[in-house]
Amino acid sequence: MPEGLDAWQLIVSGDATLFAIVRLSLAVSLSAVLIATIIGLPLGAALALTRFPGRTGLIVILNGFMGLPPVVVGLAVYLLLSRSGPLGFLGILFTPLAMVVAQALLVLPIIAALARQTIEDLWREYRDELAAMDVGAAGRVATLLWDSRISLLTVLLAGFGRAAAEVGTVMIVGGNIDGFTRTMTTAIALETSKGDLPLAMGLGIVLIALILLINAGVWGLRVWSERRVGA
Amino acid sequence: MRAPHSDLPLALDEVSLRAGETGILDRISLTIRPGAPTLIVGPNGAGKSSLLRVCMGLLAPTAGGVSWGGRRDARPLRRAFVFQRPVMLRRSVAANVAYALAQAGCPRRLRALRVEELLDSVSLSGLAARPARSLSGGEQQKLALARALARDPELLFLDEPTANLDPAATRGVEEIVRAAAGAGIKIVMASHDLGQVRRLAGEVLFMVRGCLREQSEADAFLDRPSTPEAAAFLRGDIVL
Repeated sequence: MPEGLDAWQLIVSGDATLFAIVRLSLAVSLSAVLIATIIGLPLGAALALTRFPGRTGLIVILNGFMGLPPVVVGLAVYLLLSRSGPLGFLGILFTPLAMVVAQALLVLPIIAALARQTIEDLWREYRDELAAMDVGAAGRVATLLWDSRISLLTVLLAGFGRAAAEVGTVMIVGGNIDGFTRTMTTAIALETSKGDLPLAMGLGIVLIALILLINAGVWGLRVWSERRVGA
Repeated sequence: MRAPHSDLPLALDEVSLRAGETGILDRISLTIRPGAPTLIVGPNGAGKSSLLRVCMGLLAPTAGGVSWGGRRDARPLRRAFVFQRPVMLRRSVAANVAYALAQAGCPRRLRALRVEELLDSVSLSGLAARPARSLSGGEQQKLALARALARDPELLFLDEPTANLDPAATRGVEEIVRAAAGAGIKIVMASHDLGQVRRLAGEVLFMVRGCLREQSEADAFLDRPSTPEAAAFLRGDIVL
């Protein structure tokens, strides 16, 4: 398979185009996960620890949104950011920033919903002890977030996996512009249809390798931490 | 950090607790004063755990009132609770105690020393770095006691702390409880083990079906129970 050999050559030789695409993809997906984490963890914790009318409905919707089709999120963000849309004045459509926003929206329900479940499970376990120790609301949230940090890391990983692997939203709101908004997934889609299989395969290999590497890192952290604190 | 007020005497005035249609506690009035340990005895389902939780302030009664040192809304600053199955935080043994100290307002610079003292007092010094969840049942119960003592309590509630323990671990826990009582901490403890009542109790509260049937000196209760249910319970008959 000559394409396969060429793909490896691109990776080993440190091909500039290929690595620019990898860098942009990582920057976009990591930023999106960071934003979704900053909003999603407190949201999940709040949902786990409070009771209000409509809470169950909100949880069902949030859980359902974990499976949002990326192209639909892309379309919605496109309509918001397009010149005639409500946020069109920002002028960020077809920029990496738009891709970050779209991916953050895609990942937010995953992080918030899984964090809600994780924190609520631990809260059931800890509730009596924390009440007996007279721990206030802020202390409860801090304790639950800290003691479930390893599980929450896996939650973030699920969010990152979703962001890094999806092609629909970044294609629509980024526009797949060469050297500007082209990510690994959009490049693979384009190069495959153009017939440039070595670049497509090289990117595919890098994408899978990155996801495996990050998963392995989190796994290692989990094992290490379990040995230390028996989580 | 000692609260300025005392939580003693603890007084219950016509306290009832219901869950839906089910009555759990039925018009209980009692006063708990400083002194030798008070043991709450009675058959399973008598309401011992619920009574302890009401006394701690973890459960609000459906009717009646609870007061600590004459105050009705006292935060549990000087009260501590050891559950029948204590939950260990997902941290090391030492970190579990340090957490309780921090919650009780112990200044950071004193914590390491206090952790050492408390673990020493429950004979867990050698296990300080171990994950708390890897401890045996008896060790976990001792750690729960260390966490409770970290609050520098005036009142310590224990809900059948030795129910799931073997005799050696039971003795270990009882020694810690006796030492705490000796240090002036008022112990209020649920138990259905009459041997334990003989060993620890200064005063007995006898409960059946959510009602308080007797509050008396331990010796008097054991030798001359004043109700037929208590006499039957002491004989080892099944009391429902």
